[in-house]
Amino acid sequence: MQEILQYLFSGLTNGAIYAVIALGFSMLYSSTELINFAHGEFVMLGSLCMVTLAANLGFPLIPAFFLSICAVAAAGLLFERLAIRPVRHPEPIVLIIITVGASIFLRGVGMLIWGKNAHSMPPFSQHPPLDVAGARLLVQSIWILVIVAALTAALQMFYRRTLTGKAMTACAVSKKAAWIVGIPTKWMVLLAFGLSTGMGAVAGAIIAPITMSSYDMGTMLGLKGFCAAMLGGLGSLWGAILGGFLLGILEALGVGFISSGLKDATAFVLLLLVLYVRPQGIIGAGEVKRF
Amino acid sequence: MNDKANKIAYAVFALAVILLGWQVDNEYYLQLMIFIGLNTLLALSLNMLMGYAGQISLGHAAFYGIGAYVTAILTTTYQVAPLLALPAAVGTAMLVAWFVGIPTLRLSGYYLGMGTLGFGMIVHIVFREWSSLTGGASGFVGIPPLEIGPVVFASGKNYFFLVWSVVMLCLIMCRRIIDSRVGRALRSIHDGEKAAAAVGVDTKKLKLQVFVLSAGMAALAGFLYAHLVYFISPGTFSFVASIRIVTMVVIGGMASIWGALLGASLLTLLPEWLHAFSEFEMVVYGLILMSVMIFLPRGLTRGVLDVYERYRKSHER
Amino acid sequence: MSDNSHLLEIKDIHKAFGGVQALCDIDFDLEKDAITGLIGPNGAGKTTLFNVITGVFPADRGEIRLAGQSVNNRAVHERVELGIARTFQNVELFENMTVLENILVGLHTRTRCGMIDSILKFPRIRREEKQARKRAAELLEFVDLADYAPRRSSDLPFGWQRLVEVARAMAAAPRLLLLDEPAAGLNMSETRRLGDLIHQIRDQGITILLVEHDMSLTMSISDKIVVLDQGRKIAEDTPRAVQSDEAVMAAYLGKAQH
Repeated sequence: MQEILQYLFSGLTNGAIYAVIALGFSMLYSSTELINFAHGEFVMLGSLCMVTLAANLGFPLIPAFFLSICAVAAAGLLFERLAIRPVRHPEPIVLIIITVGASIFLRGVGMLIWGKNAHSMPPFSQHPPLDVAGARLLVQSIWILVIVAALTAALQMFYRRTLTGKAMTACAVSKKAAWIVGIPTKWMVLLAFGLSTGMGAVAGAIIAPITMSSYDMGTMLGLKGFCAAMLGGLGSLWGAILGGFLLGILEALGVGFISSGLKDATAFVLLLLVLYVRPQGIIGAGEVKRF
Repeated sequence: MNDKANKIAYAVFALAVILLGWQVDNEYYLQLMIFIGLNTLLALSLNMLMGYAGQISLGHAAFYGIGAYVTAILTTTYQVAPLLALPAAVGTAMLVAWFVGIPTLRLSGYYLGMGTLGFGMIVHIVFREWSSLTGGASGFVGIPPLEIGPVVFASGKNYFFLVWSVVMLCLIMCRRIIDSRVGRALRSIHDGEKAAAAVGVDTKKLKLQVFVLSAGMAALAGFLYAHLVYFISPGTFSFVASIRIVTMVVIGGMASIWGALLGASLLTLLPEWLHAFSEFEMVVYGLILMSVMIFLPRGLTRGVLDVYERYRKSHER
Repeated sequence: MSDNSHLLEIKDIHKAFGGVQALCDIDFDLEKDAITGLIGPNGAGKTTLFNVITGVFPADRGEIRLAGQSVNNRAVHERVELGIARTFQNVELFENMTVLENILVGLHTRTRCGMIDSILKFPRIRREEKQARKRAAELLEFVDLADYAPRRSSDLPFGWQRLVEVARAMAAAPRLLLLDEPAAGLNMSETRRLGDLIHQIRDQGITILLVEHDMSLTMSISDKIVVLDQGRKIAEDTPRAVQSDEAVMAAYLGKAQH
């Protein structure tokens, strides 16, 4: 029992991270029909920025957190302007290679700035781990869950309550129709990139204290976040959240009860199962792609 | 391309290969050219699937790896003669492709990309984790050299001619398929799967066939790779490797047999040149990838022609 | 028991998408070597019926019989092999292939060469390829586009693309040819030529089912007209009789108040 609880805690923590990464994938896909293979690299940038600002330069936590996100989102905007918008025939295969190129580029940049070594930082608050029915719960995990919950709520508000959010939903349903009714679709795409990469940065910043951050941490995180997005249903907000947590928990249980070596395989086995049985994902409503 | 130009192209190509193999003695250059040959096989195999039939695969390195690991395990652990391990390696990859292809090829676009990606990752993880069989993350050591009768393919020159003969055979094979009824049907799937079915093409069966063929060719490259370097490790067959193969195809030019050769050559040589950039290697590599795709999305072969065409037209006026 | 003069029997076909009843109780036969016109207002279910006949999606209920044999369980490409060929409303040529290659793909079901055959290039494969090219050239001659064989199909004007598509469908040596709005986008002289062509195809012993909005064309070439409205068959008669049918007039001009 105690063991299961322990796995569950670690699963929830990882799941929250996957959920945020999946959200980034999903919202970008829903408004641009693009899968950003460099998304994991933005997570890496977020994480390393956070470490540098908070641990090395001594910024207080909150400014460091927001500054990291803004810096990464700015990089995301630049990425859209310089590498995505100039593409004349945006076919999937071309976009896949451009974003893969971007991921290699960003990894290279990461290596140049931060070197090949791994970096770490102290947790957001210095409490000893809590004891819940014999299982250890890191305070950072609580931080992560709280931040993810707040982020989800904010996104929900954004899509439901603000005009911009509604315009973005319109773009996701039909770009052409949105353009016809006067929504500046180009700005929406740019905004989607900013939000999506910013979300990646959030994921990076909140795991910085519980992992070793290095220039090559992004690829696996990105792929798993992607699996989570597919699992829940690509293009669905709640699907991304559900997929993330489901993946995190199943992975943790897999590590606990099967073998730690196969930890990484969980995500991809689930991915294949979903694709074969229900390609629209658990929540996804078939062809409808929207938040 | 018409038949005559085709034959001339092959003759020139064969001559170039013979000349290179005969004249070049530097081991490093021979090795490099052997790798170009292996990569050409990989690019060609994926081009059949992606360039002609229009089916994306982001997990092609898995078949490359299956070819390499099957022969490694058979020849080293079980002392099977390499020549007998060859059909086993290729056959295993084709069998796996058949099983995986049936559910995967029903998908299309990004979803197909993801399905093949997931498959590639799983195979990679199996290579890494099934240590008792594959040697795990540290790799598989002690693969014997290739022996066919009295000839041992160990020296650079021998292997060079072996690999490039295989490449030549595969080029001709692919060309023949492309120019036949089957090839036309494949290309029709690329242009419109619905219309292809409506003129009587069994799209499901044909996609599976080309997937299996493609896997077999990749496994053949893997087989040759294993007996070239005597040591294999999972890293060679990772997601990054799959993407590299895709990149070769796209940069060389989709649906172009010679494009596969060009793409493979460039992507083999590029890292060698980029060593000069040392720390900046990845940055430059990433930039090159992105710029080629942004400015010449149809690959170099067609892209350069397009640019030339535009230049000519603007100067005619 | 099936009547020999009926090539295709459409028996009690139902098809719904979600809650929308696209086809309801459709039941009629196609006479051998005749041209049957299928008309009806937009959304009447004409293209849906085409898709059911060709096997793009299965009917919820009912049966399609070709020459007395049920084809319900056959896939799209198998039905082509049995003799049902079609064209598309929006012309679906293989645009990266030449005109000739398009026709050659059309000959797919009438040639045998497989993957291994193509690699080994047996003499019989060479012969087959040669014959296929000859047949393709004949078909292009038939639609009067022989000079354009080596052109990329997407480079041809739209009206000619339609003709290529007809030739491609003919290449499958069909017993039944389904034409989905073949005159859409054609000018008057092209339409007239198309009418002649359809007659010639019929004279070769091919049964034709034609969906067409151009009434003068449909009425002049069809032997029989079937009228659909909102997924139901409302009339089936000679062109002359259909033109004076009250239900048909109501469907086209709006229902009169009862």
